[in-house]
Amino acid sequence: MKRIYLDYAATTPMRKEVIEAMKPFGDKIFGNPSAIYFEGRLAKNFLEKAREKAAKILNSRPDEIIFTNGGTESINLAILGLARFYKNFFKKPRLITSKIEHPAVLEAMKQLEKENFEVIYLNVDKFGVVRLEELKKSLNPQTILVSIMYANNEIGTIQPIKKISEIIKNFRQKKLKINFPFFHTDACQAAGFLEIRPEKLGVDLMSLNGSKIYGPKASGLLYLRNGVKIEPIIFGGGQENNLRSGTENVASWIGFNKALELAQKEKGKEAKRLTALRDYLIKNILKIPKTFLNGHPKKRLPNNVNVTILDIEGEALVLQLDRYHVSASTGSACQSKILEPSHVLQAIGLPREVIHGSLRLTLGKYTRKKDLDYLIKILPKVVENLRQISPVSLKLKNEKEKNKKRRF
Amino acid sequence: MKKKKIKKEDFDILSPFSLPWLYSETVKDHFFHPRNFMRPDEEKRFKYNAVGMVGSPQCGDVMKFWLLIDPKTEKIKKARWRTFGCGSAIASTSMLSTMITEKREVTLKEARKITPNDIMKRLGGLPERKIHCSVLGDKALREAINNYYWRTGQYEKIQPESGRIIDKVLKITDLDIEKAILEGAKNLEEVQEKTKVGLGDPNCLEEAGELVKFYLEKYQKSV
Repeated sequence: MKRIYLDYAATTPMRKEVIEAMKPFGDKIFGNPSAIYFEGRLAKNFLEKAREKAAKILNSRPDEIIFTNGGTESINLAILGLARFYKNFFKKPRLITSKIEHPAVLEAMKQLEKENFEVIYLNVDKFGVVRLEELKKSLNPQTILVSIMYANNEIGTIQPIKKISEIIKNFRQKKLKINFPFFHTDACQAAGFLEIRPEKLGVDLMSLNGSKIYGPKASGLLYLRNGVKIEPIIFGGGQENNLRSGTENVASWIGFNKALELAQKEKGKEAKRLTALRDYLIKNILKIPKTFLNGHPKKRLPNNVNVTILDIEGEALVLQLDRYHVSASTGSACQSKILEPSHVLQAIGLPREVIHGSLRLTLGKYTRKKDLDYLIKILPKVVENLRQISPVSLKLKNEKEKNKKRRF
Repeated sequence: MKKKKIKKEDFDILSPFSLPWLYSETVKDHFFHPRNFMRPDEEKRFKYNAVGMVGSPQCGDVMKFWLLIDPKTEKIKKARWRTFGCGSAIASTSMLSTMITEKREVTLKEARKITPNDIMKRLGGLPERKIHCSVLGDKALREAINNYYWRTGQYEKIQPESGRIIDKVLKITDLDIEKAILEGAKNLEEVQEKTKVGLGDPNCLEEAGELVKFYLEKYQKSV
């Protein structure tokens, strides 16, 4: 039977156009772009064309584009690279981020704490939106960088990036330190659906990832605004303007470019289609007793559904759904490597016993209404089966209170 | 010859069940076909004379056992269970219920001796990180056995849960370590200050360290 893949936020399959675009770069155009003979020049030519195209999509300059091997690398390069470059300009350098960032951000921040940076982790409200008042209070003349994700990978909440960049701009003007702090956004989950031109968002650095937008895995880019300096985190032959050494992954980056181009071209239409499907799915899942939505009802990614189903545990639910050919994800500790339930769901204030029953379904390009109808048909049965063998019966506050206190 | 057109279905050649699964085949079997669990329709009419429950939803695992024990022979006649937890938790409880009922000859004394290791062996192994958290069924079973003795007034036979001995010389158990964490110890050194674990038997320090990490994560304190 056909699989119903509903974990597009984890990764996406490569789309046909991407595979086609990459084909010649396996054996025909294979040269090392650093070489000066024909094969090298040919590869170099395609690489630079790709860079120009990426720059055009982002309405920026080619020298502001650094291709990388994925979202994590882009984010690490942005945060570690920038913090280390400017470290000596400050007595007690400060970095600001949020509690619901991707581990690529949080772990990089943890590393910088070891290197004597002060890191402020902003709280979020119950929907997962960063508290802007807290950001204003946290900005000080020692702040080098603010890094806030564009859209959350678990609960899909979209952050008010423009408002955040306004706050940062105001702070810069007030302090007459024109440059600081810089603003980085992790736009990996957003690139398929939202406006990502850096000047429109007011960001100085932005990380993108190919494997979330139907491009190849281990492909991505870092947008680095002209004039912002970073140190490399990978050392070697000095490729990518000496910021990312290692022979250029031309095939992968060509594929990434194609994926980005199509994602941005189709984003309006696809967002509209998926929003309708998303709301249809949410409405129907919430018909199951003792369930509620996590994240913001409106300001969320068009493809993200994250619900809590009380009295059952997420890993068991995911394995049961797998048996019914549905691929889903959970924030339960049992799925994580560290036996700790989702930090995002903790940050929006969910108690631990409730987090264990979270289910994330993320829709994508190949999701059709009939797939969701199938899920809607089997899910109540699967939940019922697991609830039957569960000794736990948590109380959900009555419906009225649920509406008031929780989402919707 | 006509070239065969590749259909979308051809990508589904790999049945998900021909691929190696997350856990062993036995675990999978018990997870998808749990044995002896308490069905809602039999809850009211199921006769039992012992019940035990361990774990908490906050930690992500809860297990409950109901037993029907023959008062004459003190052998387990019937067992029922329910589990809130991940796949391996459900499977291990199901397996334990099989182990204590498959022969209908298991005495309480024998049942009490079943260890997580015995259950694991029957399951064909579990991933390392799953063992501490998901094999709690034996504890629930011992709770139920104590409950039986309590109900039947055989107070002298009740054995409070003593934990698993970590430091063989000083007889320090995992419960002592858990208690130290709950009292606020934040790392192995602080646990040692409270429990002296490792002072008698330095070889156990590695295991003690792992337990400390496990309980810290369990009770959500910075490591």
